[in-house]
Amino acid sequence: MASLVGSRVERKEDKKFLTGKGRYTADINLANQTYAYFVRSPHARASISKVDVSKASNAPGVVKILTGDDLAEDKIGGLIAGWKIVSQDGTDMKVPAHPPLANNTVNYVGDHVAVVIAETLDQAREAADLVRVDYKVLKAVVKTSDALNSKPIHEGIDKNLCFDWGLGDKSKTDEAFSKAEKIIKIDLVNNRLIPNAMEPRASIGDYNPSSENLTLYTTNQNPHLTRLVLSAFCAIQPEHKFRVVAPDVGGGFGSKIYPYAEDAVIAWTAKKIERPVKWVAERTESFLSDCHGRDHITHAELAVKNDGKIVGLKVETIANLGGYASLFATVTPTYLYGPLVLGLYDIPVAFCNVKAVYTNTTPVDAYRGAGRPEATYMIERLVEKAAKEMGIDRAEFRSKNFISKFPHQQCLVHNIDSGDYSAHLNKALELSDYKNFENRRTESKSKGKLRGIGFSTYLEACGIAPSAVVMSIGAGVGLWESAEIRFNATGNISVFTGTHSHGQGHDTTFAQIVSDKLGVPIENIDLVHGDTDKGPFGMGTYGSRSLAVGGTAITKACDKIIDKGKKVAAHMLEAKPDEIDFKAGEFIVKNSNKKKTIGEIAFACYLPGQYGEIKSPLPEGVEPGLKETAFYDPVNFSFPAGTHICEVEVDQDTGETKVVAYTAVDDFGTVINPMIVEGQVHGGVVQGIGQALYENARYDESGQLITASYMDYTMPRANNLPELRIDYTSTPATSNPLGVKGCGEAGAIAAPPAVMNAVIDAIDIDISMPATSEKVCNALQKNKKNNKEAA
Amino acid sequence: MQRVSLVINGNKVSREIEDRTLLSSLLRDILSLTGTHVGCDTSQCGACVVLVDGKSVKSCTLFAADIDGSKIITIEGLANNGKLHPIQEALKKHHGLQCGFCTPGMVMSVVDLLKNKKNPSDQEIRDWLKGNICRCTGYQNIVAAVKEAASKM
Ligand code: FES
Ligand code: FES
Repeated sequence: MASLVGSRVERKEDKKFLTGKGRYTADINLANQTYAYFVRSPHARASISKVDVSKASNAPGVVKILTGDDLAEDKIGGLIAGWKIVSQDGTDMKVPAHPPLANNTVNYVGDHVAVVIAETLDQAREAADLVRVDYKVLKAVVKTSDALNSKPIHEGIDKNLCFDWGLGDKSKTDEAFSKAEKIIKIDLVNNRLIPNAMEPRASIGDYNPSSENLTLYTTNQNPHLTRLVLSAFCAIQPEHKFRVVAPDVGGGFGSKIYPYAEDAVIAWTAKKIERPVKWVAERTESFLSDCHGRDHITHAELAVKNDGKIVGLKVETIANLGGYASLFATVTPTYLYGPLVLGLYDIPVAFCNVKAVYTNTTPVDAYRGAGRPEATYMIERLVEKAAKEMGIDRAEFRSKNFISKFPHQQCLVHNIDSGDYSAHLNKALELSDYKNFENRRTESKSKGKLRGIGFSTYLEACGIAPSAVVMSIGAGVGLWESAEIRFNATGNISVFTGTHSHGQGHDTTFAQIVSDKLGVPIENIDLVHGDTDKGPFGMGTYGSRSLAVGGTAITKACDKIIDKGKKVAAHMLEAKPDEIDFKAGEFIVKNSNKKKTIGEIAFACYLPGQYGEIKSPLPEGVEPGLKETAFYDPVNFSFPAGTHICEVEVDQDTGETKVVAYTAVDDFGTVINPMIVEGQVHGGVVQGIGQALYENARYDESGQLITASYMDYTMPRANNLPELRIDYTSTPATSNPLGVKGCGEAGAIAAPPAVMNAVIDAIDIDISMPATSEKVCNALQKNKKNNKEAA
Repeated sequence: MQRVSLVINGNKVSREIEDRTLLSSLLRDILSLTGTHVGCDTSQCGACVVLVDGKSVKSCTLFAADIDGSKIITIEGLANNGKLHPIQEALKKHHGLQCGFCTPGMVMSVVDLLKNKKNPSDQEIRDWLKGNICRCTGYQNIVAAVKEAASKM
């Protein structure tokens, strides 16, 4: 059997999706099901004096209407922030209560006030209109930049400050700056984004009064963690009587990591009325209530020697958390951001300060890249600016400062095991034909277009995460992963993983690994995930962790299968276990042709004894059955890196900005399925281009989200994009046996600075994301006017 | 309420429905043809595209009652006796889908394109697909798949 690791195996999961047989949450209908519709706050900030459901309760088809009072009466707990951050002054972060249905205040447009359950969706929707809520509208704090200077929106949270966190050595950094030959400064806004997985969120609760078991079907990236939170903190149902199923999930990008208010309410309601309850978000609800991403304001300074060597870095960031602190919201702008501000440069000292603030906007949490795109945007814009101001070529400036020896202990947190940054830079320079760029610029000019080029050399920390490390810095859980291999008597295999696939192709990639490891054809291997009743507890999918952590757990479970198989084979072949080699699905006695296939061994494990001609006694002390579980806790993060180079053309009259060439060379360590990895890079880069050129969540002064539909929030479409050039270099990770580093977020991390550096290079004006036609056009006009006035 | 009669994937279907029932809702909620997806409420995403009398349309934008007597093909009815349509094959080969949510609409849009264009250029494909949002793939592999499917038809 040829090795599958490294080959472009077509995806096992595709056929169902291509023929309309996918089974997403909204596709599930249960007998006797009811429909839920949420009454949401139309105000960004208000206190509620009364929720009157009397009229609505009498509307046709209404089964039940529940409010925050009912929730409190049932002692249902609130949603949590899962990572404790400690401020520089030693105080714990400040977190407001976050009940799944509002108690007496609402804190963003879309915040949940009541749920209406009816026999049909239309009836639920119509009755929701009849729920009367007496709001007293309060002054909303909307802008990130206003939060610290505004009255608190949550009682007792002074300055709206959740935490004021610092990382690094401040005095040493100040000293480096005092001696610096040159200081480069930059002010940046990282625009707020809305993740927009194409499948809107949905939940279905189903309670069985006879067994007292509760099932929640939900669009989620980590069903076990969702069950844990809904059990341990919301107290809806004990964990052992609670099953959470995340069936086919139509994209997540972080936005489906968290248990949401709707999940809690639907699960609780189904139990309360003892009938299934179904809720499916309308797209506008998704815009309003799915966690948003990014939203930082940053000032950063780079201390540099005249020869271009970086000697220090200072970063000050205000991160907007929105109305409440969501599950991963506090780690995203701290430990996923701060350590990464160094990029892949050898910077001797640095200090990063992050103030996280509450505003009356939708909660912000991890979105593809989570902290790392914000860090990369900062350092890559700053480095590009430094190169320009100092008259050093952008590639040369970067490579002069690259980390070049591994392992490398960075001055902040990470110990980077492996990499070769010049390798991907050089390959990208060649692929993008950097040396002839000026000719292309001239050529564009002759057509009346401004052409620019921009670089981004990035580093990410993936494979999240070593439990002891993350728990020492505030994580409320360990971030190991689980796997179970169940070898069936007939020789096929069910593989259970605690990660979740919602587009990443785990069914295929993980089966490739098992197939190679155990020598079983890939069609006989089935991956099972997304159901807390089936496999062991797992931590889900985010932070490009699934393969590095979950894949390694699978490898370890395979090793245990092989170990047991050796014992059984030795017994059957009358040899000692250490005389048995395992290769390509066969247990072979060294230096002989005596062997048993792994299928025969599995059969023997299930039928220990004599069956007709077949003799398969198990050795003494070996249990029947062939099933192994492994939990893997990574020893370190993994560190993908790469170089992306973007070229844009700007129409001087209209401001229209187009990406005309894009080159990505990434080092993901070992690649299991290059086809799937390419897909991840394409998707990530396009989301990054979206952030740079099109996407922006905008609120008006009163806190209304004015980009709450696809008519207003611009998503990249097929005709906005060029053909991307993708290539790789590879330095295998040393922190896991597969050598893999993770690839899911790289594109979204690398692309925004590459595109923006190109736009700024083209127009020679510093503008913020997204570089929409309007913004670019206005900037060009203003410049023209200024130049005229100056002349 | 009114009665509509349609031929869906070759089967005659007749149902008493409300005037406001959208075609997407008839397919998904009444006939359990959940392969057709709903991704938005403003007719922007294309997840819901089906063929009505051979033309690709957004089924979330159409009252079922308005198309009485039409022939409809949904994603479930595209493969012929288990044999996938060339675009279904090509999307698999070129990894033109990830989460699969946009895929049914994408496929049905492409079927219409390929009926009318023999060998569409990259730009023609990209322009045609601008009504179908995919958040996962970045479109590149979808474009490659469309080209391959075109060459096979
Ligand atoms: S569901 Fe989005 S266009 Fe029809
Ligand atoms: S494959 Fe996920 S939206 Fe297209």
